[in-house]
Amino acid sequence: MALLEFTDKGIYCPPAKVHIDPWRPVERALITHGHADHASWGHRAYLCTKSAKPVIRYRLGDINIESVEYGEPKTINGVKFSFHPAGHIIGSAQIRVEYKGEVWVASGDYKLEDDGISEAFEPIKCHTFITESTFGLPVYQWKPQESVIQEINDWWANNKATGKVSVLTAYSLGKAQRLLHSVNHEIGPIYTHGAIENTNRIIRKQGIKLPPTRKTTGNISPGAYQGALIIAPPTALNAAWIQKFKPLSIGVASGWMALRNIRRKRTADKGFVFSDHADWQGLNDAITATGADRVIVTHGYTKAFTKWLRQERGLDAIEAHTEFEGESLERKEDKEDNS
Amino acid sequence: MKLFVQLFHRLDQSTNVNQKREALVWYFSEASDIDRLWTIGLLSNKRPKRIATIALLKEWATEITNIPVWLFEESQHVVGDLVETITLLLPMPKKENEESLSFWINYIKNLENLEEEQKKEKIIAAWQCLQPTERLLFNKLLVGGFRIGISQKLMVEALAQYTGIKGNLIAHRLTGSWIPDNITFEKLILTESPLENSSSPYPFHLASALEGGIQDLGAVSEWSAERKWDGIRGQIIVRQDELFVWSRGEELLTDKLPEYHPLADLLPNGTVIDGAILPFKNGQPLNYNELHTRLGRKNITKKAMDKTPIIFMAYDLLEWQGEDIRLRPFRERRHLLQQMLSTYPTQGILVLSEDIPFDDWGQLVEERALSRKYRSQGLMLKRWNSSYSSGRQRGDWWKWKADALTINAVMIYAQRGNEGGTNLYSNFTMGVWDGDLLMPFTKVSGLTEKEASEISAWVSRNTRERFGPVRSVEPVHVFEIAFDGIRSSSRHKSGVVLRSPRIIRWCKDQSAREANTLNDLKAFLELY
Repeated sequence: MALLEFTDKGIYCPPAKVHIDPWRPVERALITHGHADHASWGHRAYLCTKSAKPVIRYRLGDINIESVEYGEPKTINGVKFSFHPAGHIIGSAQIRVEYKGEVWVASGDYKLEDDGISEAFEPIKCHTFITESTFGLPVYQWKPQESVIQEINDWWANNKATGKVSVLTAYSLGKAQRLLHSVNHEIGPIYTHGAIENTNRIIRKQGIKLPPTRKTTGNISPGAYQGALIIAPPTALNAAWIQKFKPLSIGVASGWMALRNIRRKRTADKGFVFSDHADWQGLNDAITATGADRVIVTHGYTKAFTKWLRQERGLDAIEAHTEFEGESLERKEDKEDNS
Repeated sequence: MKLFVQLFHRLDQSTNVNQKREALVWYFSEASDIDRLWTIGLLSNKRPKRIATIALLKEWATEITNIPVWLFEESQHVVGDLVETITLLLPMPKKENEESLSFWINYIKNLENLEEEQKKEKIIAAWQCLQPTERLLFNKLLVGGFRIGISQKLMVEALAQYTGIKGNLIAHRLTGSWIPDNITFEKLILTESPLENSSSPYPFHLASALEGGIQDLGAVSEWSAERKWDGIRGQIIVRQDELFVWSRGEELLTDKLPEYHPLADLLPNGTVIDGAILPFKNGQPLNYNELHTRLGRKNITKKAMDKTPIIFMAYDLLEWQGEDIRLRPFRERRHLLQQMLSTYPTQGILVLSEDIPFDDWGQLVEERALSRKYRSQGLMLKRWNSSYSSGRQRGDWWKWKADALTINAVMIYAQRGNEGGTNLYSNFTMGVWDGDLLMPFTKVSGLTEKEASEISAWVSRNTRERFGPVRSVEPVHVFEIAFDGIRSSSRHKSGVVLRSPRIIRWCKDQSAREANTLNDLKAFLELY
């Protein structure tokens, strides 16, 4: 029997009788981070990191939730669990599972670069590593954060100089705060869409410093937002809401912006290649650092990435067949948004 | 190359012509003379020669990155474009590069006579210092596949705006066989060329669509009627033994129409004729799409000319024996035009657009009903005493199009449009019933924004499959489609091609099964 297995509800640990990031209601759920495709509603009990808890509680309401510090061991039915930084968003974790000398790590979503606001990724030695593969093709290569932020600052400053409002889309949990933390807030005022401001409120309350932001309001007098940067979730682009800010320039910050065909499909003026997931090199480095000889690949280009690990890297790699993978087309789009 | 990369991004990300023009004007005002010149060259299809094949670039890229071929192919599948795939696979450059567009073009040209090994070395060296988009453009130039989707007309407009020189003068200066190597920006764009003033067309006199009843036009005797031909409105100019052909969009088309070239010798100097550039074979106008296809070709082959011969359907005479006669009455101009055509035979290059004799408006109503039999779009009505003034002078010239044809069809694919930056599903592929199957036959748009947001929400929930940006949807919604013409076509699966299809109504009361059939659609062909 495997220590972790893939079931129709999510990743399951039979000896401990708990699930990791389940998507259907279960007794006890260990949650890697607060994004909707990992933290779902309806479980009897939740366990996550201290810094992930406030947002998960805010998103899921009155749930039975317990939290642990990073690295703090928690034994459940004789199985030892611990949470370790994944670098994806604030509070995100890889979950280490140890039982009778065997160690597995379920990575959740992760990135290797220290973004300055999320707890930086720590490689964990293990026998079996469950990795995501959102950007598991060699065409995905990220530039250092500093250089992308420079591009964003330049774009914003240039828009300001030409009398345009800058609207930058980013997923409301994670990417938005990372941007707020990194952009040069001396360029102009920063506004956020309601959905993002609500998340900011929670994050500030847990003691994380973000630059001052203002929530965009319903009645917008012409010129009120001149020179401003507005951070909004990608879905806001489809609404009439955004037209009120004209003249404006729309930027999209996402890993998918690496591809011209996706860039052109979005009605954005500017695409910034900026992701909270590991790029190709990152995925490969992370796997090397775990020392694992067995790798299970989920979420993303599972087939190609598994073949790469097996054939070219000589690892015992398999694809995780989860219901979640093929669930629906819309889901895929949501995923684009939290990349 | 940073500035050019910015231009590329702005052009690539926009579908709005004004934004594209604005980007070009911005670029022309920022770039150096030599970069400006090369950019004009690249946008005019004057690219450097191909240095390497895509296959060779792929080989080198996979070699230096150690990517197995199967993984390259998986990646290509996702990226779509082969050159872009190569570009994205290469390692990120270690440093920034400040060299200009023309530096890199010269770098590429200097590779031309090198041995393959040397080329490889130089190309890999370049890859190591170019940023991803710079590398994409560099690679596109290497394989001779640089295309950016900017029409000559748009570039001319941008140059006109930037320099303050009239568009038709710029268009003239850009013709001919110049290459960026043997000219300067100053000489190409800012210097008067000897014939350019004689090449200028007159501003086109445009007609308005007839809105009221035909009887409201008054006395029958004051009006002339002709067929409205489905070509491109143009002016033919012969001055100083040279021929110039302009489209209404002020594009200089002389080089694209070799069949007109004998006119330089056949017609006397000081002649300007208004008319339509019309594809015409066996005594009949051909499909407008064929004209469009032929004019879009970079090289006009004998084969293309045989397939789609083009005549000039003459409507009006604007200049005769060097004299501007636009203010003379139309009746007199027509008389001179007919006289000229009989005095100077043109081997069928010029054809007089015959006027339709009529004694009462009822006769014209009947003639209009025959429009499709004549393969025309409808009728043109011109006041016999009107002058040829510039722009759209209401009241003297009317176009009276044949009634549109309509059919009810089912939406089968949807794609996001870009109207007003809303990103809604507003472009649809429509089908009609062919037995139990829906046969796609046209793409349409034309919903109001409110309807488009309603249908977009529905499309998101009712997608069957996705093909890139296109989604196939449950066949449920019926739209009434209007179109101005229909022709049979062996290149389309449905066997027909429509002219100007658009949505006129969303038939919410109709079920998909009640929509029209392919036979209903093909029955319209009988009108011709």
